[in-house]
Amino acid sequence: MTTIIHPDQAAARGGPKPAGSLAVWRGRGLSDRAIAWLFVAPTIMLLLAINIFPLIWMIRLSFTSLNLSMSYLPLRFVGLDNFSDILTDDEIWFRLQTTARFVICSVALQVIVGFGLALLINRQFRTHSFWTTIILLPMMLSPAVVGNFWTLLFQPQIGPFNYLVSLIAGVPPSSFSMTGEVALAPWTIVLVDTWMWAPYVMLICLAGLRSIPDYIYEAAEVDRASPWRQFWSITLPMTVPFLMLAVLFRAIENFKMFDMVNLLTSGGPGSTTELVSITLKRAAFEKWRTGYSSALAIILFVTVFGAANIYVKALNRVKQR
Amino acid sequence: MTAIARSTAHSIVEASPRAKAVAGTIVILYAVISILPLLWIAATAFKSQSDAIAYPPKVIFQPTLEGYVNLFTVRTRQTPDFIAKLPPATTWYDRLVRQHDMVIAGPSKVVPRFINSLIIGFGSTFLAVSLGTLAAYAFSRFRIPLADDLLFFILSTRMMPPVAVAIPIYLMYRQLNLTDTRLGMILLYTAVNVSLAVWLLKGFIDEIPREYEEAALVDGYTRLQALRKVVLPQAVTGIAATAIFCLIFSWNEYAFAVLLTSGEAQTMPPFIPFIIGEGGQDWPAVAAATTLFVVPIVLFTILLRKHLLRGITFGAVRK
Repeated sequence: MTTIIHPDQAAARGGPKPAGSLAVWRGRGLSDRAIAWLFVAPTIMLLLAINIFPLIWMIRLSFTSLNLSMSYLPLRFVGLDNFSDILTDDEIWFRLQTTARFVICSVALQVIVGFGLALLINRQFRTHSFWTTIILLPMMLSPAVVGNFWTLLFQPQIGPFNYLVSLIAGVPPSSFSMTGEVALAPWTIVLVDTWMWAPYVMLICLAGLRSIPDYIYEAAEVDRASPWRQFWSITLPMTVPFLMLAVLFRAIENFKMFDMVNLLTSGGPGSTTELVSITLKRAAFEKWRTGYSSALAIILFVTVFGAANIYVKALNRVKQR
Repeated sequence: MTAIARSTAHSIVEASPRAKAVAGTIVILYAVISILPLLWIAATAFKSQSDAIAYPPKVIFQPTLEGYVNLFTVRTRQTPDFIAKLPPATTWYDRLVRQHDMVIAGPSKVVPRFINSLIIGFGSTFLAVSLGTLAAYAFSRFRIPLADDLLFFILSTRMMPPVAVAIPIYLMYRQLNLTDTRLGMILLYTAVNVSLAVWLLKGFIDEIPREYEEAALVDGYTRLQALRKVVLPQAVTGIAATAIFCLIFSWNEYAFAVLLTSGEAQTMPPFIPFIIGEGGQDWPAVAAATTLFVVPIVLFTILLRKHLLRGITFGAVRK
């Protein structure tokens, strides 16, 4: 046997398997099909055990009134009560609105800053590669640690942020609190999130810009297209698939945001920055309303799953480029 | 931009020197401003308690190792008389602490937390990369029924909100006695990381020409031998980059760690915010912990620079 025929290919052709091929496989160890399954199985099994089995368990719990702080009570099935409670609860809708505002504002800012930086870096000035690496650092850090150290920077009296603002705006540094004021706190989490993730958008946009072949610009030059026109007709449309990818990914990540905001404002003041993940954490791990929080978790799952579906389609579209 | 069109000295698509200078200035300004918070934290780690909470915030100060000493020790306040009666301090850190009428009572919990971070990080990375390499090889080389759906399934598990995943995991781990154990955290992080590992490594293995292996197979290697002796050596850079991404994820992870561990298996991220001194957060110690925690990440980022784009897009975008 000198040519390699994949067993499935042979099967797909519908022809009889070459005589003696089984013996050849045995001589060479396992068949390809067996190896394929042997290699994929451990990953799938781990994911089934750690992700899917608990998920199914949670779906079951979402139809119960289980409360872990009163787990002596018998498990009572309440049908869809948890779901109807959540979907008719004004509180939850407020949290979802807070989350939506956070997602929209922070992603929009990241796109503006990130795309702008990418356009500038793409001019390839000297030392651009060094500065790009510096700019990328924040996004590699732990969001929890970031949230924690920004609370120091935002301290009204001793923090450098307020001091700098006071120098520029001429207001006393203790006259405002970035994390403690209803009017400022929602912007504070947007600001820190943008600081952290604008580099992410920048990096992906940069890849998009670099994927545009030079000859398109050269042709545009020959046709005497203005730089403005070149931007709108070449640069932007050809970067949009990359931009979409970044936007989708950031939107999903920010929709489930927990760590950074939990440490920066822990949802406060009041509940002005209480994102839906923080609400979920409180319901599940402080009030121990497991049945109720399972239902809320499932609602979030379905939302993210839908978004992930679109995300993977976008990934594949970019991949084909 | 108009300068680009008019200049003829260089390639049409290359920016003019003036455009480059403007771009450079803005980008460098942004980079410097965005790195300032990190530099501030690194500096705070070397401030004394009073310098750290001084108003106005101090840029120039007398550096001290107090923050680092406080991070690694537990101290008790004593009367000056009591301290005077003690045998003379033998080490520099004893002396430093006694200046503030304190005595070192023992080591703090930071070292065990750091070790937890290391064990859980390396354990889950090793498992995720091993499983991921096998699965990625299979997805890259063999025709697997419903491969696209399986790959989507693998990726979608990473998209789930961690707090939502933690609810059933908490219940399951309670039954299995895995709450607050390193094994439990390793398994959980492996499950999260394996999805990234499969996607990234599939991209790397796809790039290795099939012909190499096929030549090896013709020469009488088995599939496993071909994988070990031909594919793995070629994929080494990709495997290393993937491993670093997995390590960074486990190192940085907070939500699972704070919800599922409380002591024994607690890692650094949930520990750092709770480093407290007398009356609130001990900022120099917190800054010291943050610095020690962040330095490896900075080094890894520089190391990974070439593969960063791939890592953050699950292997979809390459240079």
